[in-house]
Amino acid sequence: MSWARRTFRQAWRVASIPLLATLLAFIVAAGVVILSSAFTSTGFDLFLPLAAYASLLVGAFGSGNGMVNTLVAAAPLVLGGLAVGIGFKAGLFNIGVPGQFLVGAFAAAVVGSALASAPTVIAAPLAMLAGAAGGAAFGFIPGFLKARTGAHEVVTTIMLNNAAFYLLGWVLTDFARAPGFSFSRTGEIGNSALPVLVGRNLHIGIPLAFLTVFAVRWLLDRTTIGFEIRTVGQNPSAARYAGMRPVFVTTLTMTLSGLLGGLAGAVQTLGVIGFYAAGVAGTVGFDSIAVALLGRSDPIGILFAAILFGAFRAGAPLMQIETSVPIEVIDIIQALVILFLAADLLVRRVFRIRAATPVIPDLATVTQTWAGGGSAGSTAP
Amino acid sequence: MDAVGTFLRLIWELGVYLFVVLPDLLPIILYLATPLALGALCGVINERSGVVNIGIEGIMLMAAFFGYLTGFALHDSIGSGPALGLGIIVAVLVGALLGLVHAWLTVSVRADQIIAGTMMNIAAFGITGYLNRLIISPSGRGGAGVITPFHISDSLANLPLVGPILAMFLDQGPIAMSVLVIVIVLQIALFRTRWGLRTRAVGEHPKAADTVGIDVYRQRYLNVILGCCFAGLAGAFLTLESTGSFQNGMTNGRGFIALAAMIFGRWTPIGAFGGALLFGTATALGVVVSVRVPEGDLGGIMQSIPSYWYAALPYLMTIVILAGVVGRSTPPAADGVPYVKEGKA
Repeated sequence: MSWARRTFRQAWRVASIPLLATLLAFIVAAGVVILSSAFTSTGFDLFLPLAAYASLLVGAFGSGNGMVNTLVAAAPLVLGGLAVGIGFKAGLFNIGVPGQFLVGAFAAAVVGSALASAPTVIAAPLAMLAGAAGGAAFGFIPGFLKARTGAHEVVTTIMLNNAAFYLLGWVLTDFARAPGFSFSRTGEIGNSALPVLVGRNLHIGIPLAFLTVFAVRWLLDRTTIGFEIRTVGQNPSAARYAGMRPVFVTTLTMTLSGLLGGLAGAVQTLGVIGFYAAGVAGTVGFDSIAVALLGRSDPIGILFAAILFGAFRAGAPLMQIETSVPIEVIDIIQALVILFLAADLLVRRVFRIRAATPVIPDLATVTQTWAGGGSAGSTAP
Repeated sequence: MDAVGTFLRLIWELGVYLFVVLPDLLPIILYLATPLALGALCGVINERSGVVNIGIEGIMLMAAFFGYLTGFALHDSIGSGPALGLGIIVAVLVGALLGLVHAWLTVSVRADQIIAGTMMNIAAFGITGYLNRLIISPSGRGGAGVITPFHISDSLANLPLVGPILAMFLDQGPIAMSVLVIVIVLQIALFRTRWGLRTRAVGEHPKAADTVGIDVYRQRYLNVILGCCFAGLAGAFLTLESTGSFQNGMTNGRGFIALAAMIFGRWTPIGAFGGALLFGTATALGVVVSVRVPEGDLGGIMQSIPSYWYAALPYLMTIVILAGVVGRSTPPAADGVPYVKEGKA
């Protein structure tokens, strides 16, 4: 009995702030929905948020199909969340998941369509590898620049997102465009598609993404390099003093982070979309930031946070159809979740919590290295 | 030997082409640089006081939307001129309001400054997309149009040497025209006035500033709010002076390019303006090549470069410049560090 109580208390200490932040976000977003209802044809409606949230829930969990959709939407978010989370562990803020996702999706789509008639056991893993490699290469660039020159990853990764969009647009239209379609897209992936396990679209990428959670957890908690990553994140100068290599660790972490982001793109391409075209990324890239923060950059926490956001994305279309509340309300909720996590002081005050640890301690390093000041690598010999 | 000769000739031709085409490009460059310069000024004023603001992108987007919304809602009843004017005022007020939010989060709540900025960007994307779908898209109506730009007389524009410069700063709408004035005023204010001295003091050594009686919190609030007014003005430029319409996510990374311009300009208003002009030039190049094709081989080469490359150029340039400049420039010492008053921890 006391064991159960202790476990519960421990879980509450870790999860209380994220859960209450999410609750607060929903309450504040309800206010937005009520206020904005005054501008629609239906007029001011005090109960609109209840209806909207109800159909959000029904869309996400109300049917077998809905639950499958939730898991399908969660898979790339798990990988993207891990990508951002592993960066946080090393004191790096990878806002470049959208770009890494695109590169991974494109590489997977090109290799996938080239191997469309090869056996699935060969084609699908190779296409996934291509996606991971593409993302890793794209993550290496900002990591290397940060480590060598101090150019902050927050700016370089955002710029790379935009550059990836245009440069992939060029490669697609000039080299990779498949004939016979009304718009620029890659060819059919055929046998490279990830095998479907259950129902219409529960593909094998979902259990793979969930397994990656444990792989990352193992990497961070049980290996030397994981230890170095965490030490650099908490105190770059101490890490350097202890003989670790911040330049190497920073570059490697961003590369790993990009690899996970690219994998997210590959899973989405090979498991759901089936080709690459402009706009396939959707909202995965930026959702990943919220997922990583909500999961407190802990792999298990990220898993739960990704399922939660997967549910939002899976349920939102039904909400928009049934209640005319725009799906962008999910973005607002997401921003509010981040707001209440960043300002956890507020959450503590509202719910009168005293204990609870800060959301992500390694974040302090992200801001410290802004503009090269005290950067992990720039001052290294 | 022949290849080297051809290469040198091409470089020469490019130089001649730029020299010939640049005077005509100047107005476009300032036009493209305006939102970047205003955003960079927001960054300078914020970071000089010790507050990192990566939410400039989001603040611009929100101001662009609400400025547009004001014109959209009012131009039928009060005419498009007054509606546009009100739109600019609303955009600047929205900037100030979001600045207050950022200041409160970073100074009072001591939230992580980078996360607070990220929140601002995502929130702006969500709120503007939400309201766009709810209010503007279903109406099928247009906005209040754009502010008519001013034109200088041909005799002035054709003056040798000064003509193109005059055209650059005067062949513009009011917001783009005001940028140069704002830059000069801020440059003087930052280095020659009491406000500037206090700003730099709380940004470099807040504890020392506190000891001599400067209210660090008040100064940071003031600077963040003031700076964000310029980000708001940048938003107003995008919808009310430049495009006359609103699209989701239309800032398209400008807030971040502005930050790069700020770093390039070493946290000074004039330097930031120079950085913005550089990015404006990179963008203008892609526009002008398709309109004024250079002669000979050079024209063939420049035309054969896909338009996607020109579109990606400003972003790639930002990365290169950051990588080249950052290590050699020094940010304000207390940039990004929340200040905790003694006895208040």
